[in-house]
Amino acid sequence: MSKMINLTINGIAVSIEQSKTVLEAAEKLNITIPVLCYHKDLCIAGNCRVCVVEQIGSQKLIPACATPVFEGMEIQTNSLVVRNSRKHIIELLLSEHNADCTKCYKNGSCELQELASEYKITNSDFIDLVPLKNYKYDDLSPSIIKDDSKCIRCQRCVRTCNEIQHLSALEVAYKGDHMKISTFAEKPMNDVVCSNCGQCIIHCPTGALVEKNYIEEVWDALGDPNKHVVVQTAPAVRVGLGEEFESKSGDRVTGKMVAALKRLGFDSVLDTDFSADLTIMEEGTELLTRLKQALVDGDKKVQLPMFTSCSPGWIKFVEHTFPEYLNNLSTCKSPQQMFGALAKTYYAQKRSIPAENIVSVSVMPCTAKKFEANRPEMRDSGYQDVDYVLTTRELAIMIKQAGIEFNNLEQDNFDKLMGNSTGAAVIFGATGGVMEAALRTAYEIVTGREVPFKNLEILPVRGIEGIKEASILIENPVDDWKFLDGVELKCAIAHGLENAHQLMTNLKNGKSEYHFVEIMACPGGCLGGGGQPIPTSPEIRKKRMEAIYAEDGAMPLRKSHENPEIVQIYKEFLDKPLGHKSHKLLHTHYTPRERY
Amino acid sequence: MGKKQLRRVDLIFANDDDYLQILKKSLDIPTEEIINEMINSGLKGRGGAGFPTGLKWKLTGESKGKQKYIICNADEGEPGTFKDREILTQVPYKVLTGMAVAAKVAGATKGYIYLRGEYRFLVPLLNKEIEKFHVLCKDAGLDFKVEIFLGSGAYICGEESALMESMEGKRGEPRNKPPYPTEVGYMGKPTVINNVETLAHTFTILKYGAKKFRDLGVQDSRGSKLFSVSGDTPIPGIYELELGMTVQDFVDDFSDGDCKAVQVGGASGFLVPRKRFAETNIGYQGKLTGISLPTGGSMMLFNSSRSMFNVLDNYLDFFQEESCGQCTPCRVGCQQLVKGIEAVKRGDKPASYLDKLLKLTDTMKYTAKCGLGQSVANSFQSIVENFREEMIY
Amino acid sequence: MTEVQTLVKELADKHGRKRENLMPILQGIIEKDRFISEYAMKEIARELDISTAEVFGTATFYSFLDTEVRGKYVIRVCKTITCAMKGKNQILLALEDSLKIKVGDTTPDKKFTILETNCLGWCHKAPAMLINDDVYTELTPEMVRQIIEEYRKREELPE
Repeated sequence: MSKMINLTINGIAVSIEQSKTVLEAAEKLNITIPVLCYHKDLCIAGNCRVCVVEQIGSQKLIPACATPVFEGMEIQTNSLVVRNSRKHIIELLLSEHNADCTKCYKNGSCELQELASEYKITNSDFIDLVPLKNYKYDDLSPSIIKDDSKCIRCQRCVRTCNEIQHLSALEVAYKGDHMKISTFAEKPMNDVVCSNCGQCIIHCPTGALVEKNYIEEVWDALGDPNKHVVVQTAPAVRVGLGEEFESKSGDRVTGKMVAALKRLGFDSVLDTDFSADLTIMEEGTELLTRLKQALVDGDKKVQLPMFTSCSPGWIKFVEHTFPEYLNNLSTCKSPQQMFGALAKTYYAQKRSIPAENIVSVSVMPCTAKKFEANRPEMRDSGYQDVDYVLTTRELAIMIKQAGIEFNNLEQDNFDKLMGNSTGAAVIFGATGGVMEAALRTAYEIVTGREVPFKNLEILPVRGIEGIKEASILIENPVDDWKFLDGVELKCAIAHGLENAHQLMTNLKNGKSEYHFVEIMACPGGCLGGGGQPIPTSPEIRKKRMEAIYAEDGAMPLRKSHENPEIVQIYKEFLDKPLGHKSHKLLHTHYTPRERY
Repeated sequence: MGKKQLRRVDLIFANDDDYLQILKKSLDIPTEEIINEMINSGLKGRGGAGFPTGLKWKLTGESKGKQKYIICNADEGEPGTFKDREILTQVPYKVLTGMAVAAKVAGATKGYIYLRGEYRFLVPLLNKEIEKFHVLCKDAGLDFKVEIFLGSGAYICGEESALMESMEGKRGEPRNKPPYPTEVGYMGKPTVINNVETLAHTFTILKYGAKKFRDLGVQDSRGSKLFSVSGDTPIPGIYELELGMTVQDFVDDFSDGDCKAVQVGGASGFLVPRKRFAETNIGYQGKLTGISLPTGGSMMLFNSSRSMFNVLDNYLDFFQEESCGQCTPCRVGCQQLVKGIEAVKRGDKPASYLDKLLKLTDTMKYTAKCGLGQSVANSFQSIVENFREEMIY
Repeated sequence: MTEVQTLVKELADKHGRKRENLMPILQGIIEKDRFISEYAMKEIARELDISTAEVFGTATFYSFLDTEVRGKYVIRVCKTITCAMKGKNQILLALEDSLKIKVGDTTPDKKFTILETNCLGWCHKAPAMLINDDVYTELTPEMVRQIIEEYRKREELPE
């Protein structure tokens, strides 16, 4: 155990481990110190200066977030000089900030607005600097809007893009009064190495980075009597949405979410989990086929390891940074896009609705999904497969706009036909989940037996560790898969693109060897996605993760191949995994992009 | 006349051709003794902040780590300061000797001179000197190499942690402190970073001993100091003077008789109005009769024809551009100060708005991340408080 | 390989390919081309394996690392206090008049750019300016005209 340090804050004694900061010590005493540039996911910047406190004996105020405690330290967090300084700093930030709050997308959920309200900055007479600035507004990306006039230069986004996502698509540029957060050469977000993951959005304290919302488009579709509007909801949404309605993190609100969607007027409320199960069938088969081609046929063209392809942020990351590995990506579309392609084909046929009358909406924990839906490759139904992608946050906004008292809703069930799913699909929302789901099915296909883990819980692939490795020994396979006898299937899992980059670098340098690799662009997997409720933190993500696995445990079916609707769709429509129709509708290809 | 003549000193620019002996001699002295000499001499950093040099060397020596660095801060960017260039032009070997001895004390084998981009023309000359010096080090049995690192036009890089960021190929943004460079410096390694002039003074101390240096100056302000004199004076230039003089003494020597105010310490320093000349001392911390101003040695004289509004506006414009921009009080504060005094001058804001700005500079002083952001308050407060009438429409 | 690619590669070979080698590489581009183009920044990012935004962020921090087109001779007139007191504006006017461009602009033949800069450290010999790395001090409008004339003549001579 590390050494304990004794100090006082506002006269109250506290003792805390050495190397902790004044901010953490205050937290222990339930004393709130305001912060803006500080975020639990990120390294310390100490640049907004809102957290300054008085340290007795020091002539300057000190930033609580960046100052380590020492023995005998005396801190005042609410002295006159602290309060005046803090107020000044908030006023200064506001003077550079487009404070047209009522017209801001983040109105009501902005950390700067909250502080301004707390400190009652009602009559600041500092000069408004906004008209003097040449602020840029960039809405060319289908996922992210960057509005420099709302930026307070806390650099959370810069640190996020660098530390968590390795891309450094956003950086600080220029200096002095011209200093700003910028992409390369101030290009639109759409033209740079942005993965569209939206992590910058969920780490931004203000409205400088927000999702491009499609709320009005969806309302228009819902209001159009000629349109049949179907909606699919991703697994991570049901463990996050509650937070928007003051539930605790980790509350599972699946039934209420379905009820709310029905009340919003969607003609059919369906589940991305259905197509997640379908993904497992296709991707699992693809993996086994690749293994066969590589191990039995000795086909040199077959690329191993195979990478999962569910996370569109990860896909764009590979396209930019490891284009030589594009052939390692599973050709499977993501569950969202499989669903979309089927909604305007299979579903349209079964329900006898002309495809052109179907509006396909998805609710995702993700902003990269908006980009994905707009990719030119994603029109295999003959139409744009998914018309509008809403984030978890946008859905919450619509529920509030519709006057639905979410917390008092009766639980409801998904509609039939692409609404049924298994526990294997739910865990897609957590890092390691796709791997676990795939193993549950693939192992059983190969051996005819369930995976050798208690309660089907493949614990080695679970958890929040950045990079996880696991292997599973295949013994006594059924006849078709005899060649896999004794093969140790090596798997790896990474989440967050920084971890992904590390894993990829190790692979590239020959330091590791795998058969199957799952990568999710966001920390924790989709449950920590850029479309999820704000704030995010390691603790919040942990709660959501527990909820995901609880949801899985509570499902009557836990293995994708047991989903009756999956069995049905292969029988009636797709024929078999990797079959002709699957190829046309459920698989895709990738495009190399510039890294630099 | 009864005028007190300032004691001019001729140590730094004295051409000492015995520097190989000084280097060899110093390398033979035990490390602790060198540290003691430095501490006893009372030498404090001549860049402006005034941290005791001996202590800095000692702390770096005590820091754990195999790789350590010695950096000579030649990013002389403070308006009104130009002494370091002359030292590097005339007596570069003194600086190099100081670096070598610091390297021995701290346990470093690699040194850098961070030279501001504006002085790029010095590079060929300095490289020649460095090459010569490397041979001497080898002869003296010291494993120590020096390299020039060029800046590219950023005032803030004179701040030591910003300078290190810059050397690491990044934006020159000051770091959070602690940790200090003596523990975590360039590339995360313990680093001694000294101003050019400080290193040149260490040569004097190594050559003549601590006493000779300590005998100069007063109380907490020991030794001599180079002053860069500019503005309304018939004799602008660089002068080595004993510390502890009053501004009055200085003005008597350097003004043509018409001196309205003196800016001590450059744009980040203080403006001293005529009425305070006699009670203001130039030196570190120690209070003599009146106030005492630490300085990097910039002395700018203003005669009665100068508008103090223009002077302040010029400084603030400088800070607004040269702030690194990362911390709120400095980035936005500087902009508010410039726009604010201009608005008052135009009559768009009432005179009382100056009081709001004065309070703002207090906040900047207390909360800015680095010394440079904190010191914007110095010139603002000393000018507005003493020449308020010139600020108003 | 393009000229820029060759230059970046040479600079990276000379200085190294780590982040701490970025400044000398950027300076090397300036020395040759007087400004760092988007293309050059991309090539540097590729050589050092850092993001283009990081190169851009670093370059735009430093006044001398121009990212906009500059002339062969970049004139930087000091605008800080002493030079301002000693007639910097007259120097600028003389330059603008001689070169027929405004501060911030580059002559159409891409030979000269006039910029203002912060303290050059020649306050005792104000006003001062830099033309590329060369210093000119105690300037008068007449001297400025002569200096420009000399540079023009130099340009007309066959190399």
